[in-house]
Amino acid sequence: MKHIKFLLIGIFFGIVLFKSEAVSWYRIFEMFKFQSFHMYGVIGSAVATGITLMLIAKSKSLKNIKGSVISVPLKDKGLTRYIIGGFIFGLGWALSGACPGPMYILLGAGQFSILIVIAFALLGTFIYGLLKDKLPH
Amino acid sequence: MEFISQPWPWYVAGPLIALTMFILLYWGKSFGMSSNLRTLCAIGGAGKFADFFKFDWKAQQWNLMVVLGTIIGGFIGQYVLTNPEPIALSANTVSDLAAFGFQNAGETVLPPELFSWESALTLKGFSILAIGGLLVGFGTRYGGGCTSGHAITGLSSLQLPSLIATISFFVGGLVMIHFLFPLIF
Repeated sequence: MKHIKFLLIGIFFGIVLFKSEAVSWYRIFEMFKFQSFHMYGVIGSAVATGITLMLIAKSKSLKNIKGSVISVPLKDKGLTRYIIGGFIFGLGWALSGACPGPMYILLGAGQFSILIVIAFALLGTFIYGLLKDKLPH
Repeated sequence: MEFISQPWPWYVAGPLIALTMFILLYWGKSFGMSSNLRTLCAIGGAGKFADFFKFDWKAQQWNLMVVLGTIIGGFIGQYVLTNPEPIALSANTVSDLAAFGFQNAGETVLPPELFSWESALTLKGFSILAIGGLLVGFGTRYGGGCTSGHAITGLSSLQLPSLIATISFFVGGLVMIHFLFPLIF
């Protein structure tokens, strides 16, 4: 099983998000109400650590297992897609309380009604695929 | 074991999320959970309807393994490392939710007012979950990523598109909670 390590990192990620309550609908509501520092701490310290790790990787020219320098693929240029697409995702994130990681974690936690969210997220992605060329990016 | 079964504080969780991203980069992969929705559409045959789904999804198998892992991780979090206490929400959150009709906020991971089958199978309950999912699926792909791809990975690599996307996520969330929730609940 050459993909087993990805299974393990997924398990790790799932436990971290579950144990930090980042998968909780309540925590997302609380975040958007600015009533607790918790979620800002989770996201903020993740970004701060991420920036630090990336700077270290860059300064030491750390290589990945394929031998190339560790780097993140650049996002496409554009503005419209990030503003409108991001806004639409934000609406859904606050309503369902789940982003595309937590929805699977919640499924594993026995919250089977999240399958409705997952099914319609698939439909939403499918609709985007149909409309992609007609949308401004 | 006591420490590990308690809810993990933000200063533990945040760095571990960044570590997840960095380990994936070390393995030559870019952290992004919403891509899996596109992959699953492609596996389901969506390529017959749109070129967007005609790609080599087999190259994305690693990411589906991450998904499978998160499902197992959720199981372990819920049933093995069970939180002994309700979620320590702020008192204001609990009272604001009570005003929207959500009782005992924080006693479960998800509000039964939305996610119990009893609620999820009413027209209103189903519509909320369905529209929420639809917006997440459409918005993440239109915006080119979600919290993991933009807010964590993109911001860590100081990319402007990800900053714009992350700000937009928050604007969308604020509009939903502050303007639309009072109409919905």
